[in-house]
Amino acid sequence: MESYDLVIVGAGAAGLGAAQYGARANLKTLVIEEMAHGGQALLIDKLENYPGIPEPVDGYTWSETMRTQAVDFGAAVMSSSVASVRKDGERFVVETGDGPIAAKAVVIATGAKHRHLGAKGEEEFAGRGVSYCATCDGPFFRGKRMIVVGGGDSACDEAMFLSKLADKVVMVHRKDRFRAQKAVAARVLSNPKIEVRFETVLDEIKGTKAVEAAVLRNLRSGEVEEVPTSAVFVFVGSIPQVDALPPEVAKDDSGSIVTNDRMETSVPGLFAAGDVRATPFRQVVTAVSDGAIAAHCAAQYIDELEGKAYL
Amino acid sequence: MSAGIELTSKNFAAEVEQSPIPVLVDFWAEWCMPCRMIGPHIDDLAKTYAGRLKVGKVNVDNEAELAGRFNIISIPTLMVFKDGKVVRQQPGALPKQAIEKLFADQL
Ligand SMILES: Cc1cc2nc3c(=O)[nH]c(=O)nc-3n(C[C@H](O)[C@H](O)[C@H](O)COP(=O)(O)OP(=O)(O)OC[C@H]3O[C@@H](n4cnc5c(N)ncnc54)[C@H](O)[C@@H]3O)c2cc1C
Repeated sequence: MESYDLVIVGAGAAGLGAAQYGARANLKTLVIEEMAHGGQALLIDKLENYPGIPEPVDGYTWSETMRTQAVDFGAAVMSSSVASVRKDGERFVVETGDGPIAAKAVVIATGAKHRHLGAKGEEEFAGRGVSYCATCDGPFFRGKRMIVVGGGDSACDEAMFLSKLADKVVMVHRKDRFRAQKAVAARVLSNPKIEVRFETVLDEIKGTKAVEAAVLRNLRSGEVEEVPTSAVFVFVGSIPQVDALPPEVAKDDSGSIVTNDRMETSVPGLFAAGDVRATPFRQVVTAVSDGAIAAHCAAQYIDELEGKAYL
Repeated sequence: MSAGIELTSKNFAAEVEQSPIPVLVDFWAEWCMPCRMIGPHIDDLAKTYAGRLKVGKVNVDNEAELAGRFNIISIPTLMVFKDGKVVRQQPGALPKQAIEKLFADQL
């Protein structure tokens, strides 16, 4: 079985940060990614809040730079899906789509994916008018009516983007105000092409071949209305990707992995970093720094394991 | 350079509908980041399965007629054709091993 000091699962901001620090700490380091290195950061149109880069950079360019830096320091990268991570004595066995890999320590940096709404018709019409990516699918509904569900930063950002394409955007949020940062929310509220409906939920998506209407319900009055629409864009938060984890790893109520400030999980030698972790702030810079801490502490863990700890 | 065949409304019948082997068709566009994310997987699969699976790409900006014919309103969309018929249609980006599962039972 191929064997590494440190195996990192996921090559988003957290995973690439960990790979760079792991390789620089002289660990034989492998980072495994199933989609594309960069992760969610690839979807950032303009990254303007990463310290040290005052000139906005697109997420793709930023991800390339991160990967290059990790590889230049000696990290290996592999394209595969990790199905499971389990402890086997003192080492870990990481099952990939291309066979098992042994590791002394593992960093889980699998990030998060968009949450589904759970409304009737949502699965049925996925790809047929129900979407989770405004830049991907917005252009197909040029000049038409669109519904956006959600009230956070990403819902507001995406509603602003879609308002440039749509005839009209109806924004549906179950609370009486937006959760998004004030400046972002203010832009939506003053946009004449966006009609905001607070305290409203989307109960059902209807159509024949594609989406034709959505059933909206006002939580205060109980009033139900069927609103014609060609598209429903859903931005209602994200869910941590924890399928590959050993089941004994402690998680919080939202399913995020619980760590201490050394990024250690409840399983010795298993670390977690980035959006997959229970953390108060999910950003590129916080994911990268989680990764750095995880790799640093993984190196110390390995030293202790091998009786080489610096006492 | 992409390993897949550039599909157009002109060559679609010959390359896809009359293909003796199954065809994986990727509907994509330049501006779609998830499409770019799966691009390398599609190219890899074209090489790995050469001779057993044909891989084609439809640029929805250039081929509006094809995108319309298959009601594509979400990209990337992957479709598997066998004997001229659509046997699978999947919207959204997927890891390579999940894409393989779309056509594995058709080879
Ligand atoms: C549209 C959008 C805009 C944003 N804008 C900003 C911004 O302007 N500024 C900012 O700081 N933050 C922004 N964010 C948030 C930021 O992108 C994330 O917080 C950060 O990128 C998370 O990094 P991560 O490495 O923890 O997770 P991810 O980026 O999710 O990476 C996880 C990686 O793991 C891979 N993976 C998952 N499971 C497996 C498995 N089983 N096997 C192998 N690989 C696996 C995934 O494919 C993925 O590539 C934005 C997010 C989005 C979606």
